[in-house]
Amino acid sequence: MTRFRLEIRVVPRPGLLDPEGKAIQHALQSLDYEGIQDVRVGKILYLDVEASSADEARQRGHAMCQRLLANPVTEDFQIEVHEESPAEIPA
Amino acid sequence: MKVAIITFPGSNCDYDLYKCVQLVGGSPDFVWHREVELGNVDAVMLPGGFSYGDYLRAGAIATMSPVMDSVKAFAAAGGPVVGICNGFQMLCEAGLLPGALLRNDSLLFVSQDVLLRVESDSTVFTRGYEVGQVLRMPIAHAEGNYHTDPETLDRLESEGRVLFRYVDASGKATADANPNGSARSIAGIVNENGNVMGMMPHPERAVEEILGSVDGTGIFEALLAHLSPVGTT
Repeated sequence: MTRFRLEIRVVPRPGLLDPEGKAIQHALQSLDYEGIQDVRVGKILYLDVEASSADEARQRGHAMCQRLLANPVTEDFQIEVHEESPAEIPA
Repeated sequence: MKVAIITFPGSNCDYDLYKCVQLVGGSPDFVWHREVELGNVDAVMLPGGFSYGDYLRAGAIATMSPVMDSVKAFAAAGGPVVGICNGFQMLCEAGLLPGALLRNDSLLFVSQDVLLRVESDSTVFTRGYEVGQVLRMPIAHAEGNYHTDPETLDRLESEGRVLFRYVDASGKATADANPNGSARSIAGIVNENGNVMGMMPHPERAVEEILGSVDGTGIFEALLAHLSPVGTT
């Protein structure tokens, strides 16, 4: 078994109203940053898992997203699999 | 009417519900979320609060509790289930009701009285009201912005499954009267079989004059009348 770190990004679906993103966009505009078309806020989860392969680790992350980590009605998710020693990865 | 009130770490409307069920003549019982069995009950209620601190998404982690399998089985067998506020969020997260509750469009936690228009009087929860009747009860939430895709919204409307809408004093569902940005001003819905209801406003906090409104009582009385018809108990 190898230890992998899953980096799971959960983001609001395109087109979905993201009031937090809108508020940040307005705040940036009030700081005179021009040309900001859109801001969307999601979250990143880091999961340290043991698996026999990167593929297996990814599949497990996928299942976790479908069952709990993302809401299929409102959120999309992307998974990156890192095979690195945990010390090298930002916590 | 024996009612199981499911309590989670972070529930805070469980005692309000308990008192409310007693008030209309029912027999409430707390069921801790780690329990596996519901026992012999006639209805299940999921209270408001902040289960698991709203971590991940409001209501999401609560739906992984052991008791939720029994709640799902109870609902599938046609048993009446009521979810209020955080309970509504759980019902959506558990897939027992369509859609999701997003962050309020104002980004604020909103705690105030709202006016609700009754949209259907043909469910076991709302048959004590008349369509078009306007009720006053409080809301207190940060994630009450009801969202689902347009097709599901159309289906909810055409099947008479929107139970309550946020309205102004004249009974109109205006943008100003919508406290959280909910799609089509939806405040409460019911499932396809008519036995699972979720709503963001708190009817259990509007059951005594001293609370400022008794308009919420009708939901609990209607459910009691359905489960314990006069002459059968």
